[in-house]
Amino acid sequence: MKIISAASALSKKMKIKIKEKLYELTFAVLAFSSLAFLVGIVIVLFREAMPIFEKLNIGDLVFGRFWYPTYDPPEFGIFPLIIASFWVSLGAMLVCVPLGIGSALYINEIASKRQKEIFKPLVEILASIPSIVYGFFGMAILAPFLQGLLGIPIGLCAFTASLTLGIMATPTVTSIAEDALSYVPRSFREASYAVGANRWQTLTRVVVPAAGSGISTAIILGMSRAIGETMTVLMVAGGAAMIPGSPFDPVRPMTAAIAAEMGEAPVGGDHYHALFAIALILFVITFVFNIAAEFVSRRFRIKLGLSG
Amino acid sequence: MRDESTVKMRAEKVNFYYGRQQALKDINLDVLSNKVTAIIGPSGCGKSTFIRLLNRMNELVPNTSLTGRILLDDKDILDRSIDAVEIRRRVGMVFQKPNPFPKNIFENISYALEVNGIKDKHYIEDRVIESLQKAALYDEVKTRLHESALKLSGGQQQRLCIARCLSIKPEVLLFDEPCASLDPISTRKIEELILELKKDYTIAIVTHNMQQAARVSDFTGFFLMGELIEFDRTETIFKSPGDKRTEDYITGRFG
Repeated sequence: MKIISAASALSKKMKIKIKEKLYELTFAVLAFSSLAFLVGIVIVLFREAMPIFEKLNIGDLVFGRFWYPTYDPPEFGIFPLIIASFWVSLGAMLVCVPLGIGSALYINEIASKRQKEIFKPLVEILASIPSIVYGFFGMAILAPFLQGLLGIPIGLCAFTASLTLGIMATPTVTSIAEDALSYVPRSFREASYAVGANRWQTLTRVVVPAAGSGISTAIILGMSRAIGETMTVLMVAGGAAMIPGSPFDPVRPMTAAIAAEMGEAPVGGDHYHALFAIALILFVITFVFNIAAEFVSRRFRIKLGLSG
Repeated sequence: MRDESTVKMRAEKVNFYYGRQQALKDINLDVLSNKVTAIIGPSGCGKSTFIRLLNRMNELVPNTSLTGRILLDDKDILDRSIDAVEIRRRVGMVFQKPNPFPKNIFENISYALEVNGIKDKHYIEDRVIESLQKAALYDEVKTRLHESALKLSGGQQQRLCIARCLSIKPEVLLFDEPCASLDPISTRKIEELILELKKDYTIAIVTHNMQQAARVSDFTGFFLMGELIEFDRTETIFKSPGDKRTEDYITGRFG
């Protein structure tokens, strides 16, 4: 009798062990599959972009001033597109960083509980509106308005695109920055007030620095959203693949070029491969961004003594 | 029970409410100059709430209300014309959980000086060192003033918070269960420090630990369910309490 029960206890143990192994295996497979996707994307990007690098050297491609992919002979200079992405994203940052962080500070520090309950979900809804809606808003309302207001020849230009993108990225920045602020322990604020600091000093010198890592994450995510955004810039930026002379010139950011031209580029042709080269460059830029973000937030945590 | 010393702070008929819930009922209590006044009582009796009124810290909690008067040198600190910031400069506070800023050791103290309008770098440096010495921490940290305060042990962090408090030369020090999260050795250091600081400051301390109250305080108030049951010399409270409830608490029958 005793032996049997011992045996059954043993087999029960075995069962639990097998179950645990199974769980482990399942999650390992899931984790590795996401890694596999990433690697797969990188391989495809490289493979499809390679042929154009064989025809043109990388300097001519990246710094070429003219993007005339359908001319004869075609010119594949990506520089106007890179510049367009750069200016539009930078402009968007100038809009969404102050707006987003300002709103986050307001919601977290100044708003009453009631206001907070309204604003926070509202911001999250704004963040989830599809980009085409923002694009539509930019194209149908903002562009004609700015055209009239500033007396510029074309409403669809880098400036309008920056503004639209900036407005679009603001709720993302607000939401993440507000989360970061609300994670700052109350004890920090109390400590500050207890030594006779006022609200402004507490906010700028204790609360914001303590939330710094989260706020920088918010900025970088806003930036990635701006630089990778396609639909809005396709609709609003104007689409001219030229190096812009002023913020009110129409531009064609990298993402817009890919989206607009991929359908027309013959598969396997030079244009097709050049578009993949753009995608590869975009990938490298965002990759570097993310690494930088990780680096910044780690430095921050170490400085605060929170880890490492 | 009066001593030769003078009343530094006085609570008069203080009632305090969180929303509709009354947390303190008709409290009258004196804190005497250069004495340590302990406030004891079971959890939720209102002792922390009370001490946080003395530097208007409870104002930061939304939806609270207060009646009565709280005097500091015979002036009502609840008076609307008086800025809470000004009160907190004169009445410093050390919290239950050590709460250094996520800054380095030096900055933790220099911050307190800077927000009070002090700009002279040399003066700040001297005051930082002086405060650390007074808080019996300087020797342990003098070689690493520019390392994060969060790397210090709990006891060291608490002494840093005391140093931060001392740097702006307050008149009264409030301790809200300062040893609740510390080990016995760190606790002893803090207690020794309190006895040392008594010479220069008026001190009020909230504590869960009755032995601690007996060791460090001159006067003790026993709070129960928002009421001040008894207030007397610490000796009297512990040796011959006047109220049955005090006796029950002190002898460990509840709480």
